[in-house]
Amino acid sequence: MPPKVNVVSLVSIGRHPQSGRSRRAEQDGRAVELGLKLSKKSLTVVHAGDAQEPVLRQYAGMGLDSLTVLPQPADGDALPILVDFLKSSKAQVVLTGVRAESGESSGMLPYLLAEQLGWPLVPRVAEILTIKQGAAEVLLALPRGQRRSVIVSLPFIATVDNAAAEARQTAFGPGLRADFKVLDVNSVKDEAMATWQISAAKPRPKRLKVVKAKTAADRMKAATAKPVGGGGKVMKNETAAEKAQAIFDLLLEEKVVR
Amino acid sequence: MSEFPSTEATSSGLLRRDPRTEWIARNRLHPLHSSVVSAGQGEVRGPTGLLRKNPHVIGFIGPNGIKRIDRANLSAAGLNSKKRAGEAKEVQLPLHVVDNPDGYIMVVADMIGGRLTSHDKDILGLAHQLVAENKAADKGNIAVVLVCFGESKETQFDLAGVDRLLHITGQEFEGFAPEARLSALMQIEAQYKPENWLFPDSIHGGTDLACRLASRLGERPATQAWQVTATSTVSRGASGSCDISRETPRILMLMEECANAIEDTRHQVLDLEFDVNSVDTGDNYRLIDQGQIEVDSNAVPLAEAEFILSAGNGIHNWDQFHAVAAALRATEGASRVAVDDGFMPRSRQVGASGTWVTARVYLAVGISGAIQHMQGIGQCDKVVAINTDAGCDMVKRADLAVIEDSEAVLEALMKLAQEHYSSKEQEKSDAA
Repeated sequence: MPPKVNVVSLVSIGRHPQSGRSRRAEQDGRAVELGLKLSKKSLTVVHAGDAQEPVLRQYAGMGLDSLTVLPQPADGDALPILVDFLKSSKAQVVLTGVRAESGESSGMLPYLLAEQLGWPLVPRVAEILTIKQGAAEVLLALPRGQRRSVIVSLPFIATVDNAAAEARQTAFGPGLRADFKVLDVNSVKDEAMATWQISAAKPRPKRLKVVKAKTAADRMKAATAKPVGGGGKVMKNETAAEKAQAIFDLLLEEKVVR
Repeated sequence: MSEFPSTEATSSGLLRRDPRTEWIARNRLHPLHSSVVSAGQGEVRGPTGLLRKNPHVIGFIGPNGIKRIDRANLSAAGLNSKKRAGEAKEVQLPLHVVDNPDGYIMVVADMIGGRLTSHDKDILGLAHQLVAENKAADKGNIAVVLVCFGESKETQFDLAGVDRLLHITGQEFEGFAPEARLSALMQIEAQYKPENWLFPDSIHGGTDLACRLASRLGERPATQAWQVTATSTVSRGASGSCDISRETPRILMLMEECANAIEDTRHQVLDLEFDVNSVDTGDNYRLIDQGQIEVDSNAVPLAEAEFILSAGNGIHNWDQFHAVAAALRATEGASRVAVDDGFMPRSRQVGASGTWVTARVYLAVGISGAIQHMQGIGQCDKVVAINTDAGCDMVKRADLAVIEDSEAVLEALMKLAQEHYSSKEQEKSDAA
């Protein structure tokens, strides 16, 4: 792979699902990992937020010499400063996680960046196979472990799925020694967010299975009877080949055999 | 004695009495008495038109001579079965009619495998909740529109709550085509100006399309919304650790079980006017779909495999079974017996003490269907059974059951699969 590709990975502060402590975000770590695979040492890792955050050292400990920080307050809007940064950075591939683990975690940032920069967006990437002649071949992670191959023209933005290669271990010492480039940017406040009310997540009510039986006998039946799938087709007297053909037709119709 | 079939209407419409059946009906000692009495179970009206019930014909004499009343109708072959079936047919849910709607709520469905998912149905239910709220606030009547792309195998749109249907078909919308779909949605937006756009917040493409539409329209959507009314929305934020409540935006991405699906109304399912050819499908699409690529089906976790070929005690030729699974590109599963006997690893076991699978198609070979196994496949859409026992539970559950020795059917299946894939290869090499 030619080392000329400019790759930018955007990282955010993660949140441990059990303890709630801040950590290296799962998908952002994978975005850095994928970026390191594509462009080795020339990868640019960008964080919009607090430059003093100790978690950034965990990203830097993945083998980065430097990390770019666009400082802004917690209630700031990351979008305009990232657009300005990417416009001036000659980036060809921008990698982000699918959803942040803190803040609104709407997953809209890559889409808004793509819209404002006029670049294509590839959702849920598992791997970037090749980049040549201004186009990249990308593997998308589909549900149920499937993969789809897509060709996209450079420059593009990709969100990195959990199916991508796991982020490497971070090294504490090199992380501390990494150099932080803190740029001077104007922060924009997120006005809409100020009107929201944010509270701790309430547990969602479980959906109850309501038996809509009119008589006691029907209720008894619903509670005790084995579910019987009605209307199934049973083939008894045909030849084995015909039976196999019927099964194969069903598989084709359901598109599990492609 | 008009409750007995002693009267019948002739072709001329005259009622003719049959004195012999009347006599048999009166004579309880007559050998044909019970059959004559049970034949006249229809509705009986007295001379004044009142509905009459004959308490003497209810129930039957059990084997030990005690009168039994079968209220649960378990022996359905008995007296009332015909009448019950007739009633069930007549039950028709009330039709929800929307004429000349003042506005629309668009629901863009995932339609996995061409059918509405339960997630889609919940969102249709939520759309109707919003419609009801709008109606209560005198904001006019609003129709719920289902927007779906590609092939559809769904037959019950009316019961799911679809007032209007926008079915967009065409080669360019098939497969992975977010850009083409987005331009179709933009066209719909321009044409109908819907009140709300509702999307499933799912990994099947709903979230992706919704984010694209929201960023194109420059609107701020609510993602992972789970409590939605016409005025306020509660959605999850910070990876599900907090609730954000805000005003309901126009574009919503909804979590599963956000509302109850429609259950007791029918809907019109009228096609909405939409010209597919006018969608701006340009050459400017920058994502080119190369199609799905083959993955090692046995590397896919059993719990999320799409197509499982599962083996039980009825398999004798295990080499053949593995070969067929490879030929069909199916993930292998097994029943407990096959695992206990050492033919398959424990990690492949399907059922209560193994894995609960969610396959779209589950092909059970030689599995009779213990209840623990049936629990494990409860979420599968289509079940196909190959078994020698026509009376087993798996055959009852199956959508397609084949009564035959597994070896012969598997051999024929193997041949079909090999022919299919080799012809595919041939086409590919011809095209290249």
